[in-house]
Amino acid sequence: MVSLGKIFWIFAKIGAFTIGGGIPMIAAIKKELVERQWLTDEDFIDIITLAQTAPGLFAVNIAILTGHKLRGTKGSVVATIGSALPPFIIILLVAMFFTSYKDNEYVIKAFKGIRPAVVALIGVPMLDMLRSTRMRWWSWLIVVSSMTLVCLLSVSPIYILICVIAVAAFVSWYNNKKEVRR
Amino acid sequence: MIYVELFLTFFLIGMFTIGGGYAMLSLIQNEVVTVYGWITDTTFTDIVAISQMTPGPIGINSATYIGYEVLRQSGASEFMSILGSFTATFAVVLPSFIIVLMLCKVYEKWKNHYMFQGIMQGLKPATLGLIGTAALSLSNPDNFIDWKSFIICMAAFLALHYKKIGPLSIIGLSALVGLLVY
Repeated sequence: MVSLGKIFWIFAKIGAFTIGGGIPMIAAIKKELVERQWLTDEDFIDIITLAQTAPGLFAVNIAILTGHKLRGTKGSVVATIGSALPPFIIILLVAMFFTSYKDNEYVIKAFKGIRPAVVALIGVPMLDMLRSTRMRWWSWLIVVSSMTLVCLLSVSPIYILICVIAVAAFVSWYNNKKEVRR
Repeated sequence: MIYVELFLTFFLIGMFTIGGGYAMLSLIQNEVVTVYGWITDTTFTDIVAISQMTPGPIGINSATYIGYEVLRQSGASEFMSILGSFTATFAVVLPSFIIVLMLCKVYEKWKNHYMFQGIMQGLKPATLGLIGTAALSLSNPDNFIDWKSFIICMAAFLALHYKKIGPLSIIGLSALVGLLVY
């Protein structure tokens, strides 16, 4: 069993390096939790999916779901505090002392290097997940159409998630009825 | 009572954010700039810039910063301002915490139900599509400023893909590269 202290430490570490919204931290969570075999590949994809669908901050949702999977409600509390604490402290320090932080020459240079790397940080786990999910023709259709709708037509992700839930619920209900009849 | 207002505002922001942090920005802007007039548009733009240059989810970053700023500007003491910061951060995390914790229980109880599995099968590719969208929307001229950016992105991609360097080290290294080459 994973200790609560360990859960706190892992999420604090990830929280301290989460740049560009929660999605780039998918790679870090995968490394810390799946490669240590605390989560299976399947658990991991389920967690990402639920975190994306539920309201709230993606990064925090991942912490809550993973913490719960590892140690129940206590695990959730510890993981959430762990992931929120580093950004809280850093922003508080910036607000209190470093109001010119964003104009600092070194910070600007460092972030010029970080930003393109973050794209890779999102791309690599996405490709891994595509590989470890069983993809059918309609899965590809959903991937491509959701990307097209959000990127090109600026449709809000909320509508896409609602539509997918409705259609998937209907299809699985229909398939089940057909099977029962047989 | 400013603490109650901060709490309620950020609680609502946390509750109605679906599909990632950047969707949250316009909601935050509307509430804290237009409705309450706690901060100006310029300060808001600063907060967004700082959030992009510090680790942590943008929701937590802006809650922490705005919570502090609002109290500071009303002439509160340092301690009271930190308390404001804490109030806003706690409030923005709380709704996802409650909702996702309930979702965990639902997941554990229903994960083998055909309807739930059907919905998850539809949501998984949608999530992958939304993650891909995040990668695409970050591949913009703000993040890719010259040919060096493309090299950093490619190098990070290869290092991650072949598991040579961990994701958190990639962030550290790319910051270092940024400092050296820009």
